Amino acid sequence: VILRRVLIANRGEIAVRVMRTCRRLGIETVLTVTEADADAVPARLADKTIEITSYLDVDAVVAAAAAARADAIHPGYGFLSENPRLARACEAAGIVFIGPGADVLEAAGDKLMARGHAAAAGLPVLPGGLAEAAGAEALAERIGYPVLVKAAGGGGGRGLRVVRDPGELAGAVAVGSAEAQAAFGDARVYLERYVSPARHVEVQLLGDGENVIHLGDRDCSVQRRYQKLIEEAPAPRLGETLRVGMRAAAVAFGLHLKYQGLGTVEFLVDPERSAFWFLEMNARIQVEHPVTEAVTGLDLVAEQIAVAEGRGLRLSQASVRQDGHAIECRINAEDPAARFRPSPGTVTSAVFPAGPGIRVDTHIQAGSAVPPQYDSLLAKLVVAGGSRAEALDRLRGALARCEIGGVATTLPVHAALAADDEFAAGGVGTEYLALWLELQTRLVRDKSG
Amino acid sequence: MDLNPLTNEDVADILALLDSLPYDELDLQTPRFRLTLRRAPGGWTQSMQVLSAPERLAATAMSHRGAPDHSDVTLPSSAAGAGEGGNAADEAEDAELVAVRAPLPGTFYRAPRPGAAPFVEVGSRVEADTVIGIVETMKLMNSVHAGVAGVVAGFCVANAEFAAQGAALLRIRAGQ
Repeated sequence: VILRRVLIANRGEIAVRVMRTCRRLGIETVLTVTEADADAVPARLADKTIEITSYLDVDAVVAAAAAARADAIHPGYGFLSENPRLARACEAAGIVFIGPGADVLEAAGDKLMARGHAAAAGLPVLPGGLAEAAGAEALAERIGYPVLVKAAGGGGGRGLRVVRDPGELAGAVAVGSAEAQAAFGDARVYLERYVSPARHVEVQLLGDGENVIHLGDRDCSVQRRYQKLIEEAPAPRLGETLRVGMRAAAVAFGLHLKYQGLGTVEFLVDPERSAFWFLEMNARIQVEHPVTEAVTGLDLVAEQIAVAEGRGLRLSQASVRQDGHAIECRINAEDPAARFRPSPGTVTSAVFPAGPGIRVDTHIQAGSAVPPQYDSLLAKLVVAGGSRAEALDRLRGALARCEIGGVATTLPVHAALAADDEFAAGGVGTEYLALWLELQTRLVRDKSG
Repeated sequence: MDLNPLTNEDVADILALLDSLPYDELDLQTPRFRLTLRRAPGGWTQSMQVLSAPERLAATAMSHRGAPDHSDVTLPSSAAGAGEGGNAADEAEDAELVAVRAPLPGTFYRAPRPGAAPFVEVGSRVEADTVIGIVETMKLMNSVHAGVAGVVAGFCVANAEFAAQGAALLRIRAGQ
């Protein structure tokens, strides 16, 4: 198949990102928009738009693709991107779903099932299992406190809770379960050993159903409440044994699933013990894919499309090169001064840096609405350099030239982190950002007190 | 930035040209976009305005407009500036009715998950720390507490409806 018209079933920066590659490849784009997004930048950039009432409505998305006579649907990330029902509905309607098949989406999307597959493929997994009301306490005792309560139906930090005390377990399971139901329509939660300090490192995979290669690793340890804020490629100060081991494990997992398309295997890393465990697989393009593009020189959306067209992998493992270092900052409409409270509104000004080694993926411009019903990502600032030090230096300069008015953003946090010695040293753990933020709050209090 | 009329590479090419010229600013406007490049300390800045209007495909059967009309709520729901958009008389004559307001703009949920029992109903007895609902803003679930002890007198926003920041979600008859 050659794709000539693609329906992009998403919004925001990723919709713009997918359109850019489509345009370069001569593929026409039709964008689904809700009322809130009908006049947004992605809608202005698409060749055509088609209105739907919700980005989560499988039937509406497939009907839109049929009405637009699209050859394929690109689901972006979030929303329906890992929804097996959409993949099946596409198949039934003779539309190409740009992503893995429904079976793989089911295997990866059910985090509990994915754990099983990972173990079967020989990957290390943390002690854990399904939390059923009756057996949860016994299971937690076996795992040992603290334990993490996680949603089986999906990732993204929702439904996640750390439980340090047996007395809090039942409540955490109930609340996590409610959150999981609301977010994924699946109330099941599972328990897993909580490892801290730890780093969050992931491996980018690309497969065609038979062959699977990796496109290197990314470090996503700078997180707040399990939401990534800064990502980089490659993971700094990892050590070759760990790096090689994780990449091989990720490929083994991909081969086990006969993975087709772009996917990411996430690992938890204990650098002191030089150990890693499988966390989950994201069967879609990732928010932080640009850092991989920056060091490999590849266009991951183009590779996704090539695989979806059934052309097989165009790359061999040996042909994938990695040069230099890249860092991405997620600029969110959140107010760091008010505990990262969402800050919807209207963007009054949007000035970004430009120049060598700088890339900004965004869907906002002066006058853009930031609607409260969608996520808070406004822009991704990606900088690359020959070394991590050079990338970091470039990042500091680039952040200083960023200015977004009208809504509160995470820009000040990025500027301060880019200037922080511990971050500059590289290899911080997942607890780093919370501790750093706490320290800043204390410093401000001490100064004013 | 990677907005479509110009790619990152296009902008880089323009910058390479500008770097050798004595100008500090370029303001380029076409019917489709406006690009402003400025020399700043440490490098260049860019701002882009996409000017073209969206091109819509003819509405099809499936694109029925089911979006809730946010202004169409059953009970008076005054916004942050109390009394301004709401029903002042209602509040005045019932001084002991306390509005619980949305901490952020977002979707109001009365139950922890679809199909579950609501957190509270009309007539429910609440304490200050009782959760009366959830407001979902940008994928973040914010629990809303009653803030005052009393009995739920009525809802101002229906389940799964949008609530503006500061809008009254429900009213509580305080004390008792």
